[in-house]
Amino acid sequence: MTTVFDPSAAAGRATDAILHDTLHGTARGVVVDSPPGAGKSTLVVRAALELAEAGHPLMVVAQTNAQVDDLVLRLAEKNPELPVGRLHSSDADPYDKALDDLGNVRKSAKAADLAGLAVVISTAAKWGHVKVDEPWRHAIVDEAYQMRSDALLAVAGLFERALFVGDPGQLDPFSIVGSEQWAGLAYDPSASAVTTLLAHNPDLPQHRLPVSWRLPASAAPLVSDAFYPYTPFRSGTGPGDRGLSFAVPSDGSGPDRVIDEAAVSGWGLLELPARHTPRTDPEAVRAVATVVRRLLDRGGAATSERSPDPSPLTADRVAVGTAHRDQAAAVRAALSELGVTDVVVDTANRLQGREYDVTVVLHPLSGRPDATAFHLETGRLCVLASRHRHACIVVCRAGVSDLLDDYPSTEPVQLGTVVKFPDGWEANHAVLAHLAEHRVPWRP
Amino acid sequence: MPLPRTRGTALRQRLAELRGPDVPAKALDARALAALAANPGCARRAILDGAGVNKADLASALGSPSVFGQSQFALTRGNAFEAKVKADGGAELLRLVHEKLDRAAEPPAEARVPDLTASGPQGRTARTELELREATERSGAWTLLDHPMLALDVAGSPAFLEPDAVVVHPDGSWTVVEIKSFPLLDGSADPAKVGAAARQAAVYVLALEEVAARLESSPRVRHRILLVCPRDFSNLPAASAVDIRKQRAVTARQLARLTRIEDIAEELPEGTCFSPELPGEELTAAVESVPAAYAPECLSTCELAFHCRTRSREAGAVTSLGRPVRAELGGLSTVEDVLAAARGETGDPSDPAVAALRRAAALRAEALEAACR
Amino acid sequence: MSLISTLARLEAVSTGRAQPAATVRHRHLSGRPLVFVPLITAGEAGAPLGALVGTDPDAPRLLAVPQPRDRDLRFAFLAELADVVLPYVDAHAEVVEAAERTETDPETGKRVKVEVDLCADAPQLIVPSRAGIDLVRLLGRSTRFRRTAEQDPEAPYPAPPRVPLLGRWLTHFGERARVPGSSLLLAMTDVLGRHWATGQSTLEDQHLGALLAWIDPPEGASGAEAALRAELERDERGQLTCPPAGPATDPAFDNKLLAPAIERYDRARTALASAEDGLQADDRFGVLTAAEREIRDLVLSRTRPTWDAVWRGLDLLRELPEGAHVEERWTRDRWSFTGHRDRVLAGEPPQPRRDDAVTAANKLATREREQARLEAQEALDDPLVMAGRRLSGEAFAGEVTDVVMAYSEGKRPSPRPLVTIRTDDRPHLGERTKVYRSLGGKPQSAEFVADEEDGAYVVLRVLDKMGRGKEPEPGSVPEKGDRVCFTLFEHEQRGGAKLPDPEETPWTHGGPPGEATLETADPVTEEDLL
Repeated sequence: MTTVFDPSAAAGRATDAILHDTLHGTARGVVVDSPPGAGKSTLVVRAALELAEAGHPLMVVAQTNAQVDDLVLRLAEKNPELPVGRLHSSDADPYDKALDDLGNVRKSAKAADLAGLAVVISTAAKWGHVKVDEPWRHAIVDEAYQMRSDALLAVAGLFERALFVGDPGQLDPFSIVGSEQWAGLAYDPSASAVTTLLAHNPDLPQHRLPVSWRLPASAAPLVSDAFYPYTPFRSGTGPGDRGLSFAVPSDGSGPDRVIDEAAVSGWGLLELPARHTPRTDPEAVRAVATVVRRLLDRGGAATSERSPDPSPLTADRVAVGTAHRDQAAAVRAALSELGVTDVVVDTANRLQGREYDVTVVLHPLSGRPDATAFHLETGRLCVLASRHRHACIVVCRAGVSDLLDDYPSTEPVQLGTVVKFPDGWEANHAVLAHLAEHRVPWRP
Repeated sequence: MPLPRTRGTALRQRLAELRGPDVPAKALDARALAALAANPGCARRAILDGAGVNKADLASALGSPSVFGQSQFALTRGNAFEAKVKADGGAELLRLVHEKLDRAAEPPAEARVPDLTASGPQGRTARTELELREATERSGAWTLLDHPMLALDVAGSPAFLEPDAVVVHPDGSWTVVEIKSFPLLDGSADPAKVGAAARQAAVYVLALEEVAARLESSPRVRHRILLVCPRDFSNLPAASAVDIRKQRAVTARQLARLTRIEDIAEELPEGTCFSPELPGEELTAAVESVPAAYAPECLSTCELAFHCRTRSREAGAVTSLGRPVRAELGGLSTVEDVLAAARGETGDPSDPAVAALRRAAALRAEALEAACR
Repeated sequence: MSLISTLARLEAVSTGRAQPAATVRHRHLSGRPLVFVPLITAGEAGAPLGALVGTDPDAPRLLAVPQPRDRDLRFAFLAELADVVLPYVDAHAEVVEAAERTETDPETGKRVKVEVDLCADAPQLIVPSRAGIDLVRLLGRSTRFRRTAEQDPEAPYPAPPRVPLLGRWLTHFGERARVPGSSLLLAMTDVLGRHWATGQSTLEDQHLGALLAWIDPPEGASGAEAALRAELERDERGQLTCPPAGPATDPAFDNKLLAPAIERYDRARTALASAEDGLQADDRFGVLTAAEREIRDLVLSRTRPTWDAVWRGLDLLRELPEGAHVEERWTRDRWSFTGHRDRVLAGEPPQPRRDDAVTAANKLATREREQARLEAQEALDDPLVMAGRRLSGEAFAGEVTDVVMAYSEGKRPSPRPLVTIRTDDRPHLGERTKVYRSLGGKPQSAEFVADEEDGAYVVLRVLDKMGRGKEPEPGSVPEKGDRVCFTLFEHEQRGGAKLPDPEETPWTHGGPPGEATLETADPVTEEDLL
């Protein structure tokens, strides 16, 4: 076959089908899997607007306050006339102050105050306290894979039918206490909301957004193969559509060479000598900080399908991802020593759903004497490896593949549960094997 | 990939020398497989299992006998249960395979249960392979292989494996059956035990895949195995399909790495031998010549664990207290190094591990003092 | 493992004795706990072999099943166990005090306070190890659906009268034990491991004898030596001198001692059954009694060391002062006990085999809340636990170096003093991060304003608990020179979302479970083991 893949057309067909099922279908639920950067937010906003415009009062459930505020802002941007309710908690500073500037957004801690508005948006936690006499005809549940089954149980009585949207490859929800006694039950309260929903309603229409608009052509195949083996996706742009160049030439150091490698290939691995280190490995932290400093110093310019002119690679287009908070804190400290203060440094959990031109990642297994389930969790690596539009640079100590091979695999198996794929161990090997092709040894 | 013949032969010869004169190679039993899963990075375990050394005998000869024993009650009960499951030509067993794994197929009204007896493991392996071939070619029928013998190429030498049963489906595909005596209570079972059974079954699947690859029809080896256990508090069989794709992938990789035993063998001093007949000192020296990666998990999986634990404790290794202990200690690996660093006697204060240790020591001292007041 | 507990373990290695992992006792200990040391038969799903049970360390009740495969003997064991456990439970169920509980009024839907009975104390069951807790659950599961002759005259193998009730209580104990911080059913190894750090791994700490050897080694021996003896030392008959705490037995015991004894018992029984006259029967009955006594002695020899070890553990734990919040958590256990007592009295059916969706979600929510509560309370009660939280940046302590009065804006300005604290800790503080300190047992909140000199000084704005007036009440604001400790975690837990009633289970979770049907008893067959 020589048919040329037309990403826009493919994505458009998927969206049309989703909206058709949502607006005109008979099923009580529609499930949409969205890989990183596939336009999930755009879909949610569009579905919300179409439902509202069709006269269906709508409730929207998101997982965090930041996600809720972000959705409110996006809705207002698309349709400033639309009456939107932001249901919030009674804590101090319950919502983004930017919402105060929006005329058509009403904010309240009481659902009754927002009755009758076209769209009411809040977090699952807040919705869990709301009682209604008459359920909403329609709901949209955003980030449904990051929502726990018990949270859905608390809110599902509020709506008759719903569109569930989420990314199955990101971090799974978790529970701070054991929940083994319910493993294998369809409604295991610690499972993801989508798992429970589909276990009880296997015939619901399931869709997939097939195109990542964020990930470049260099990243989509790797991320798709490693983390979405049974639901592959493509990049919306082709190999030549994005470019990253630097005005200042390389000084021959490791950081500069890895930056150049990543600029050309989309990936770079800056490898430090093998050593067991504490989590906040000073050398690795310094290496991360140096790479960031050089990224900003070398006058980077990114060209993309978005505009014909190159846009400068500024601090707000770069982010650093780590596994642990103390690592993020150490990187921030190292960056401020180098005079960099406005680059986002955060853990995988907090980087979910965000997008940058270039990301610098401290590999979760770098320097570790042991590999734990936390560090092997597929979602963590997936989030870290899929935040970028142009390039991702990974800083890591050598020896991680040996560590993986020595990692004992004595996981318990719960009967009746669906085996989750991909496996963290395999995904880590796949990513490392790919990164090895873009390896630059550390030389200060 | 199999090693070239000559190198393989040389290795086999070398491994035979390691076992000692006239010591037969021990099959890679369930415990050895569990030990592999629990500690794939241990060179000592790798070479001993690779060479087919009887680690229980070795442990006794070293003066730290293994503590694995089996109660005759458990044995009797296990055998009685397996016999019950396989009674009547495996009627119940095949019914379960049909119900849990292959409902689309014709129900097993009658099945072949070929005789697999032959002399020696090689003979039984050949016999098993023959029957597998025949059963696969005779499509449309069910066949139950009771205690077949499989060989798996481990680092160039065959390790023999004996699954409880293998079922050939009418479509020619194969299923591994594991019969265990822990109960399936209200549909769930001890996850640690199910995990061990899944890893064990994964090895059988890999061995079967080698056989299947040699057959012209290249039959499919199913990646969902059947686990049969007593139901609730009875000894009636209950079964559950277990997806072993993950365990298969991990074990395949670990077994592939076992080819490293060639490298380990090369490092050994000339004339090294693990025969339990040797004098204690000589034997201890031979064992010590291969590094171990002891961790407390070994205690429940490896016969040599008590020996290795003693050595690990004598060396002051922090991992003798558990693998996670190392997580925040960076490059420090012995008890004395860590304590000295915590007390401020050694260590570079700019190393975050050392700094954190000192903070931890100070906070701990402060809290204990506060509690005394 | 936190670095502080790692250090404690390493110090235990180097000193040869367990080191404190807590400075107070974090679990409630009853003045009169019921200790239960069970043994099971290898290879069979929890078929009991025997047990020691009782509340008097010097007078345990010995229960034994001379032939574990015999259903009548197993039932006799369970009936005897019920005779010990149920009177102990009942004694606690009878003494009540008045208490208030908030309930939803079914007519108005409003939350109202109602006066109810609360049992003045609750029973406490202590088993040697975690496997003992699993066995309690298993026994509960195997007996609560049994039918007695009175319930069902047609039942093929009716259970002794009180056995199903025993099953319901054991199930309740087993479920409650999953709630973090609860003390209704405790495993001695868990409680000891919570309070001491040994020089061995947590896996090895599961051996009660070895764990105690580290905490309280005999004169002249190091913990390591004593623990090794506890694990491995055998007598001239090849038997472990410190038998495993069960419920599983050592295979060498099964094979060398128990199996021959059971065989003799079986032979004696067969012989008795075939006795031809009274005289012969008398003789053979004597042989049978002797064979039974032999098995009882064997069971006693394997359980008594563990029984003594459990009581020794209790003595050691009692030497620690009780943590300040332990009483409050025990009150929750009393509520749980009272609730189950009421369900039994109301004639409700036994707990179902599986939770429905709403029950499962409610249980998970409760346990998560209790886990958070436990973590906060243990830190507040115990400086050593707080030290761990300070090390991980979740709390900080220091001296107040400056207090500047400030007020909120608005019509009625309230005090919002700025407090500067000098600290060596490095908490993870971000813009307006909320922090809490305990003020007279209640949390006072403050927010992070700024740090100075690289985190050596932290400036906070105190937000509440200063009274209604313009000026803060005396003692409600830290003063210069005070030692204070703030946490980034909350001290009290908020209630979670209100879940629907089970009959309102939504379509996403399979809809309502339908009419509650009485769970049927497990089918009994000739070859049952329990």
